[in-house]
Amino acid sequence: MKKRVTLLKEFTKGLWEINPTFKQILGMCPTLAVTVSAINGIAMALATTFVLFFSSLLISLIRKWIPNQVRIASYIVIIATFVTIVDLVMKAQFVELSKALGPFIPLIVVNCIILGRAEAFASKNNPLRSMLDALGNGAGFLISLFVLGSIREIIGSRTILGYQVMPNGFEPWLIMILPAGAFLTLGLLMGLANLYTERKKNLEREALIAQYKRVGREEITDEVLKEAGV
Amino acid sequence: MKVTHIIATLTLIGIIAGGSLSLVNNWAAPKIALNQKAETERAIFLVHLDGKRYEEIKNTGFEVYKVFNQADSSVGYSLVYAGNGFQGKIKIMIGLTEDLNKITSIEILEQSETPGLGTKILEAPYKNQYKELTPTPSIKLVKGVEPSNPNEVKAITGATISSRSVVAIVNEGVKRLKELQIKGALK
Repeated sequence: MKKRVTLLKEFTKGLWEINPTFKQILGMCPTLAVTVSAINGIAMALATTFVLFFSSLLISLIRKWIPNQVRIASYIVIIATFVTIVDLVMKAQFVELSKALGPFIPLIVVNCIILGRAEAFASKNNPLRSMLDALGNGAGFLISLFVLGSIREIIGSRTILGYQVMPNGFEPWLIMILPAGAFLTLGLLMGLANLYTERKKNLEREALIAQYKRVGREEITDEVLKEAGV
Repeated sequence: MKVTHIIATLTLIGIIAGGSLSLVNNWAAPKIALNQKAETERAIFLVHLDGKRYEEIKNTGFEVYKVFNQADSSVGYSLVYAGNGFQGKIKIMIGLTEDLNKITSIEILEQSETPGLGTKILEAPYKNQYKELTPTPSIKLVKGVEPSNPNEVKAITGATISSRSVVAIVNEGVKRLKELQIKGALK
């Protein structure tokens, strides 16, 4: 009934196949808001991954005891607890970072990646798989935010992770550190991601058609292709 | 049976969540308080470079600190005053001499101005204009020309509203402090 997925796949699928930002299009609010610099993106993604990992683990452990009617309420309380812990620890130990991320740390509570993974995955799978799934999604989120933050930082303030990479003669594009720059960058990246996926799919389709022709099978109908999943 | 199960689950989760949060908070609260104190201290001494010690003046309605130097004689006041900027609140630490007739320096503590334009209020060319500025009768903003009087500040091109807001906040803060001085509340 269930498709068997290898443990490695549970992790790697989050990196690209179901990348939270580019494929699931979840967690857009922090994605757009905090990526003015690469370091902010990394910090946000790490905080989110921490919450995602522990709430997925816990939810998966207690998934059989939670009555269906109150599952969302239970998940939210668990998620909010971890978020508050992160917020307090950051305020106590990483003052500068906590200032830069401002209200977006408490807002991880309503980040759809976490509730989405809890509802779609952790509540149906064992703890090991849930942990891997959480780490994979967290890593995917980290990559997306890092790429987005780097592009905006390089063009918007000439630096990456605080080191200057563009010459002084390069006039920083103010728009890149304004909200509009976030939308532009995200839109372009998402377009590229879709373009790549489409190309890959077409190539696979052509390869299959070529293979069928070689073995002499003439009827390549749409159904045949659909069945092969291309 | 079903209902009791639901209630029991939610209660248990609530208790565990609350318990663990109180543990973390017990550990974090003193550190957070310490961080905030260190930050205020840093800002107070930023506007009074020779300051070594400070005392908070209470019951004023806003934050005022009397600052003392190494020899423990008063060098003036630091006050925190906030007002509206272009997009949000601007919070400024203002350093004043004892007679309130000269600003030693200002420091912007919080702001949410437009990056690249309004945020120039944080940069030296604008901020340093407040050093040794005379706030009497009040600070004036000039546009396009160089300041010629000791109470004038030059506006940032492209960020007139932010420049004007800082001037207004500093003026208002100094005015309030002067009122307090007349009332004798600064003693």
